[in-house]
Order: sequence, then C-alpha cells, then structure tokens
Amino acid sequence: MKLKATWFDTIIVVIICLISLLVILPFLYIIAVSFSPPGDSMAGNFFIWPKHWTLDAYSYLLNANTFLTSVKNSVIITAMGTVLSLFVSITLAYALSKKFLPGRRIMLLVIFFTMIFHGGMIPNYLVVKNLGLIDSYWAVVLPAASSAFNIMVIRSFFQSLPESLDEAARIDGAGEFRILYSIVLPLSKPIIATFTLFFMVQFWNEFFSAVIYLNDTSRWPIQPLLRQMVAISASNISAEAAVDASLAANLGPNVQNAAILLAMLPIVIVYPFLQKYFAKGAMLGSIKE
Amino acid sequence: MQRALRPKRFHQLWPFYLLAAPGILYFLTFHYIPMTGLILAFKEYSPFKGMMDSPWVGLDNFRQFFGTSDFYMLLKNTLLISLLNLIIYFPFTIFLSLLLNEVRLKVFKRVSQTIVYLPHFLSWVVIYGITISFFGPSGVINHYLGQWFDGSANFLVSNEWFRPLVIFQSIWKDAGWGTIIFLAALAGINPEQYEAAKVDGASRLQSIWHITLPGIKGTIVILLLLRLGSSMDSNFMQIFLMTNSLNLDVSNVFDLFVYHVGLEQFNYSFAITVGMFKSVASLILVLGANYAAKLLGEEGIF
Repeated sequence: MKLKATWFDTIIVVIICLISLLVILPFLYIIAVSFSPPGDSMAGNFFIWPKHWTLDAYSYLLNANTFLTSVKNSVIITAMGTVLSLFVSITLAYALSKKFLPGRRIMLLVIFFTMIFHGGMIPNYLVVKNLGLIDSYWAVVLPAASSAFNIMVIRSFFQSLPESLDEAARIDGAGEFRILYSIVLPLSKPIIATFTLFFMVQFWNEFFSAVIYLNDTSRWPIQPLLRQMVAISASNISAEAAVDASLAANLGPNVQNAAILLAMLPIVIVYPFLQKYFAKGAMLGSIKE
Repeated sequence: MQRALRPKRFHQLWPFYLLAAPGILYFLTFHYIPMTGLILAFKEYSPFKGMMDSPWVGLDNFRQFFGTSDFYMLLKNTLLISLLNLIIYFPFTIFLSLLLNEVRLKVFKRVSQTIVYLPHFLSWVVIYGITISFFGPSGVINHYLGQWFDGSANFLVSNEWFRPLVIFQSIWKDAGWGTIIFLAALAGINPEQYEAAKVDGASRLQSIWHITLPGIKGTIVILLLLRLGSSMDSNFMQIFLMTNSLNLDVSNVFDLFVYHVGLEQFNYSFAITVGMFKSVASLILVLGANYAAKLLGEEGIF
C-alpha cells in the first residue's frame, strides 16, 4: 500500500510537531542562558541562540566546592543505590519466581500489600532515625532499595524463562546459586539492563529523602542543592539560608541554568540507552501472570 | 521423573530462602515496621518516654484533626488537584496517544515518541528549575509580558496561578510517558476492523470514534479508576517544590501538612494521625476502584 498524505495526516504531523517543540524549547533556552553572560539573559534579547558566548557559568560551577561535593555525593548514592537495589530485587524476585517454593504466596502477599498501604512519611522517618541512619548515605539508599512493582516485573521475567533449563543444570549437579549466577543472570541481560538504568535514574533524581534525612549539608546530593540554587531567585520568601554564602552570592541566571543542565546531564546521556528498553519494560509491568 | 528434579525438601530449598531473605528483610524493616508506628496516632508521643511508654489518648488526635478548618482545606486542595489532573491531564494523554497512533510515517513516530518521553526521566527539581526560568519574576514569560503588554504576573507566588502551573508541569513531564500503555493497547486492536471500516466508506475520524476508542475502552476505564483510587495522593515532590507561604491556601495538601507538622514542628503524633487518615482513605479508595472495575466487567487491578 502506498502512503498518500491526506489533510488528516498533515494536521496530525503539525500538532505533534508543535507538542514536540513545546518539550524541546525549554531545553534549548536553558542551554542558551547557561552559555550567555548574565546581563544578556536579564535583557531577554535572545531566546534560544546566545548573543555572546561564555563558559563563565561552567567554569564557576566546576570550581565551586559545594557543587562538586554534591556531584560526588550523588555519584556515591547512585552507585550504592543501584548495586543494592539490583541485588535485593533480583534475589527476592528470583526466589519468588519458583512455583515450588513453600511460603511463596504469603511472601507475595506481604510484598503486594505495601503497594496499597503504608505507614507514611513520619513513621518512615522514625524508623530511619531509630536505625541511626540520619546523616549517612544509607538513609537515602536503604529505604528506597526496592518496591513491590520492581519485584513483580522482574519476577514475571524470570518466570518466562524455561524451567527445563534449571532442571538440566540440576541434573548436571549445579547448585542453586551457581544456576542463578551462570545460567539465569546471563539470560536476563535485558531486564537487568532495564532496571540498572531505572535505578540509576531513580537515585540520581533523589531529592526528598536527602532533605529530610541529611541534616549535614556536606552530604547533600545534587538535587537538594540545585533546589536551593534556583529557589533563591524564585522568591526570597521560600529561600532558606543558602548552603554556601559564596555560591549564593554569585548566582546569575547563567549559573543557575548551567546547574540545571549539569543536574540533568547524566539522565540525558543514559536516555538513549533507556529509550530502547523502557517502553518494553513499562509494558512488562502490565502483563499479568 | 519431572518432579524429582524440583527441590522439595528443606536441604534443597534453603538456597531460595537465603536469596529471598535480604528482600523480605527490606520489606519488613522499611514497610512493615513503619506501620507499627501508626499506633502513635492514638498516643501523645513524648520523645523522652519513647513510643511504648507515651500515654494513650484514644481518638483525641483524630477529633482534633477533624475539628479544625485545616481538614477541609487539605481535603479540598488535595482532591481539586487530583480532579484537575483527571479532567485535563488524563484526556490529554489519550489525545496524544491517538495522535501518535495515527502517524503513518514510522520514523517520524519514533522520533516524536523519543522527544515526548524524555521529560519523564528528569527530576522534579529540574522541572522546578525550568519552571522558574520561564515563569519566575525575571523569567522569559514575564520578560515578554513586560515588553509586549506592559505587565507581569506573579506566577510562582500567587494562589490563582498555582493549580494551572502544577497541571501544566504534570502534562509536560508525564503526558508523553503516559501514552505508552495506551499505545500498547492500541497495538492490540485487530487491523482487519480498520480494513472493514474502510471498505464501508468510514473516514479516519469515524474509524477512531467507532473502532480505536472502543478498542482501548478497557484500558481507559482501568487507568481512570486507578487514578481515582489515588486521589488522596498528590504528587508530593512536585507540590513540595512549588509551594511557598504565598500560595499555601491552595497548595497545602495532606502530605505537605504532614511534613510541616511532623518534621518541622516535631508534632509526631498529630502528623501520624493525618498521615494515617490519608493512608486508610487511600486504601478504601483503591479497593473501591478495584471493585468498581470488576463490576464494570473489566479484569480489575488485582
């Protein structure tokens, strides 16, 4: 069948182009401001193409200790969180994928119930506090180590692998850990890749638990710092005392927008890899047993 | 023969329990132990006496909470944001899915999908930062308002702009991502139906109305009910960032109130009472939504 464009196709393409433009424009603007001297963007005489180019904002941020520390904290939290989440989620999902395991139903019920009922913010806070985790990276990482949704999706992937595979390995005398490590995991690359990226994004974007669990701002990852940097310009009403006075004093729109850009940069870098897996992964979650 | 290959006895099964242990321990520690903290809603918590020895006060905290005008304000603000999302964000997502589904040029479809999915992966802080760059006092919008209309608007520190901005942010961030599940449902519609409609002389709009929309009705109903079931949850991260003392009349939702009362004023018992009310109300809504889905002949959420 030959594609013949009708007025209908034209209208659809035009509307989608407009929507896509609405998504892209803010990025172009943020980039443009970050490369412009502060006076230019104040005057607002450009929109997506800087009149004068400067790297001031970036050289300033890359020399600011507070900013670099927060990037370092974010990298640590992201690495810790991703490894821990993968470990906890995969081991539990694998065990629960075995239909012969006694007690499997009750464990699934225990996990599933957390999807519809939870203690809430303050009880969570008290648990983290009583475990002595306040001001440590673990306070951000541990409470977010997994979720019922993750377990369900990974488990349904494991269940789709042929059972005869394990049985053959068992006949050959392989232990259960050996089967998981040398047979199941190599076959699970797609789901592991999906969730590695999923967890990386989650922990890099982590904001609120850092705000409530990390009083020591030298432990802050990038998101809460970014919030302070941009809130200062939004209104003095909501801005709290800046973490770093010198950082606050130099906050032009170029520095703020450069910080926004750097905070999203890792996401934009992993996004092309994400894109390939995520649509599938999201649909996996809706598949019923 | 088959059966013998599957572990049945404990000495064969313990590796699986060992594998499950860290995960189960995680769920017990960070999901179930907090639930025990809910008893503080019935106590007057004193940090010196601890959770166990603080005195019982029965339903006093609940009485206090329902007796204040705060309760109605929080309920109204929370439900209004959910309702607005339901009548603006939700149909927009369906509209965008239908548009993408009608694109016949594969390359164009893939490129535009890649673009509209992207904001979903950005943090709310980044979205907030972008919002300030555009809607802040010295943002682009105000710049052009000043240049063209001699005016400016306090988008970020006013009651009337809070809800429109929050809904707009939700659409910008997540509408594209929300199309995935509809597109999956759309892909499941039998193409022969469209062929038949074409033979009968149906226009594209007519096919959308008579084939496409009925084809995803089930998905729409389920997602609609899911959203209704979560009406008590506002997107806390988004609201937390967008709120300030000048828009608190419309931005104060249950979660935000819990944060202020509990973690800023250290009134744990009262904050837990509010949080517990929200959790229980959510539970009832979710179960109700699931029941309604089954009544409508859909599969239900669980």
